[in-house]
Amino acid sequence: MMTNASNRFLSRSELIGFAVLAAIIFIVLPVMLDTFRLNLFGKYLTYAFVAIGLVLCWGAGGILSLGQGVFFGLGGYCMAMFLKLEASTPENTAIQSTPGIPDFMDWNQLTALPVWWEPFKVLPLALLAVVLVPVVFAFIIGVAMFTRRVGGVYFAIITQAFAAILTILIIGQQGYTGGVNGITDLRTLLGWDIRTDEAKEVLYYVNGVLLFVVLFAAQFVRKSKLGRLLIAMRDQEDRVRFSGYNVANFKIFVFCLGAAFAGIGGAMFTLQVGFMSPTLVGIVPSIEMVIFCAVGGRLSILGAVYGALLVNWAKTTFSESFPELWLLGLGGLFIAVVMAFPNGLAGIWAEQIAPRLAKLTKSGGASVPLPDAAKSPAE
Amino acid sequence: MSDKSPKSPFAAPSRRAVLAGGAAALTASLFTPKALRAADYPTAEVNTTGLAVTDDTVTIGILHSITGTMAISETGSVQAEKLAIDQINAQGGILGRKIEYIQEDGASDWPTFAEKAKKLLVNDKVASVMGCWTSASRKAVLPVFEQYNGFLYYPTFYEGLEESPNVIYTGQEATQQIIAGLDWVSETKGAKSFYLLGSDYIWPRTSNKIARKHIENFLDGAKVVGEEYYPLGHTQFNSVINKIRLKKPDVIYAIVVGGSNVAFYKQLTAAGIDPAAEKPIVLTISVTEDEIRGIGGENIEGAYACMKYFQSLENENNVAFVKAFKEMWGEDIVIGDVTQAAYLGPWLWKAAVEKAGSFDVDKVRAATPGIELTSAPEGYVKVHENHHLWSKTRVGRAQADGQYDVVFETADLVEPDPFPEGYQ
Repeated sequence: MMTNASNRFLSRSELIGFAVLAAIIFIVLPVMLDTFRLNLFGKYLTYAFVAIGLVLCWGAGGILSLGQGVFFGLGGYCMAMFLKLEASTPENTAIQSTPGIPDFMDWNQLTALPVWWEPFKVLPLALLAVVLVPVVFAFIIGVAMFTRRVGGVYFAIITQAFAAILTILIIGQQGYTGGVNGITDLRTLLGWDIRTDEAKEVLYYVNGVLLFVVLFAAQFVRKSKLGRLLIAMRDQEDRVRFSGYNVANFKIFVFCLGAAFAGIGGAMFTLQVGFMSPTLVGIVPSIEMVIFCAVGGRLSILGAVYGALLVNWAKTTFSESFPELWLLGLGGLFIAVVMAFPNGLAGIWAEQIAPRLAKLTKSGGASVPLPDAAKSPAE
Repeated sequence: MSDKSPKSPFAAPSRRAVLAGGAAALTASLFTPKALRAADYPTAEVNTTGLAVTDDTVTIGILHSITGTMAISETGSVQAEKLAIDQINAQGGILGRKIEYIQEDGASDWPTFAEKAKKLLVNDKVASVMGCWTSASRKAVLPVFEQYNGFLYYPTFYEGLEESPNVIYTGQEATQQIIAGLDWVSETKGAKSFYLLGSDYIWPRTSNKIARKHIENFLDGAKVVGEEYYPLGHTQFNSVINKIRLKKPDVIYAIVVGGSNVAFYKQLTAAGIDPAAEKPIVLTISVTEDEIRGIGGENIEGAYACMKYFQSLENENNVAFVKAFKEMWGEDIVIGDVTQAAYLGPWLWKAAVEKAGSFDVDKVRAATPGIELTSAPEGYVKVHENHHLWSKTRVGRAQADGQYDVVFETADLVEPDPFPEGYQ
């Protein structure tokens, strides 16, 4: 996995960080958890795709998007449309007035498949759409905003508006989108039943591998000249512009990249959870995704993964133990993290744990101990 | 949880507290207790599929939203289910086993519902689940229940078009709620023209489709003069109210849900359309006693609602039920149609388990069609082979105090028909 990664691509501590995360995802979690819990962690990891994109956009580039749920949702819907068409064979839907179309279309008196659903009958086209649809959408928003130099809080508000618009559109056009119910009852992928335990495990590993592909891509961007320009833009946008760079183009690129990551995450969500609904598109999930990123540490791509895992795990655990009080517990966690550790888990690691470890190794002369699995490794 | 006051809307009172209160004992006397002893039903025989059944207990799940936007609606269902469980336990439980429950929060979020449903079935091995409210949450958990062969009791009146082997629908499907009410308004009020109105999602749309077909095909000379939908949460109804004033329909058929209800009825009254004047008549299938609390009785007084249950029903089952409910959850509580349907869930399950002599889902499913409850607050009900209930349809007229005055009920139970021919 590290063969084409030069020393400059990953520093020693980064290498350890990646290795520890890989060990957690591919060895520790599958060994410790049953299929049900593993599937849950697979679901949490799909949010990590979005959080990694946010680290690039927000942490590095200073572009705070409160509408990443839009891209997550678009990717998820593209996947769901393919799976729904596969599940809606004329035999399975014989009870309908028009057999062969998805059930919710039939309930809404559609009698034929809408033309724009047609491409989703073909898996390669659907997979392409998982990435391209969010990217094209992000490109349009990006061009419209960044070339007009809309940024900062205004950009955040506008992305939030997009999240609201898309939710309303999906709910309103229920004959074409499934409305509030979303697209449910997804069964097979090219005849392979995605609901079985074996399928859930396979999908978990596929998800893990894709996550690492995305992590490496994000690391590549951060290490490249582009990454340094992003940070420069975040800190002094005008100076970068006066140096002759077209700031808008860089922003559009990184925003599209974040959208592509989110789209992949959304598609994996659909595959692992078995449906897609507008509740994952709107403002609330979009802000939650920013919270994952903030808890993990918005400057660290690995921190983002841990943030998504920790927050969602806490959400599940709190709500199972205290169904009536869990929201308070979760709120307390956010306040604690933001008040005490503004740089999130990655900040705790970099400021508290790493220096002490370094001290230990220096004074004791021992080799570097492996970071504790529960803590977040630094960059 | 047991140290909280029973008055708190979310707290489960300790079992002892309920036993001590006369409520359970009083209601228990209405349901003929059967002295079934656990020893007569060895665990190995009544549970061959690894469910959470011990020699003394059986565990079920409660899966509703207790946080988020749906909490206000679903709380009543949770309360009703807990009341039923306590009453069953006070009678000695099911096959000599006390019911214990694991409550999970769906958090008004459909993926969370799916996650929690799976947790209840896979991790906790619950023998059945009382849960869900919105169609969206049911659609989200349905594949989970079918995959892991769980058994869900779903309380809400809904659009039909579904018949899962793993779900018992204790609420009405659309035709049971709509057709008798339209017949009533046509016969007794001579209504000829209808204006259909609804929130924009599957339930109002399907319901209005059925209403339109019935009006056009079965009511002599009646017609639909308008049909409109508004997004969930919509609060500006002035334009449609103006249209209604222009068209002068005999009946406004309203299926507006949630917070939109408050705006709709207030604006209707403000625009001079007083439901009490019956010009036009306001007929709804989406406003229960729970919703009136938000709308305000004075804003909806005189409107008609078509349901299967009203808190004001005067049969002795219901009097005991309302009394027990208030003793457990507080005097000022109101009980709507869905709350009553949720209350039926544990009782129907108990009857099915005892008929089957087993907790195994396949045996309970096989035993379920034909199960009768004579003790239901709504009166006698029976489970149809299509997993819905035979129920009466009733029309109530809203009062200023937030209660309904029952003005009509069907003579016989109405057959559930989730896939109505001629209405598709």
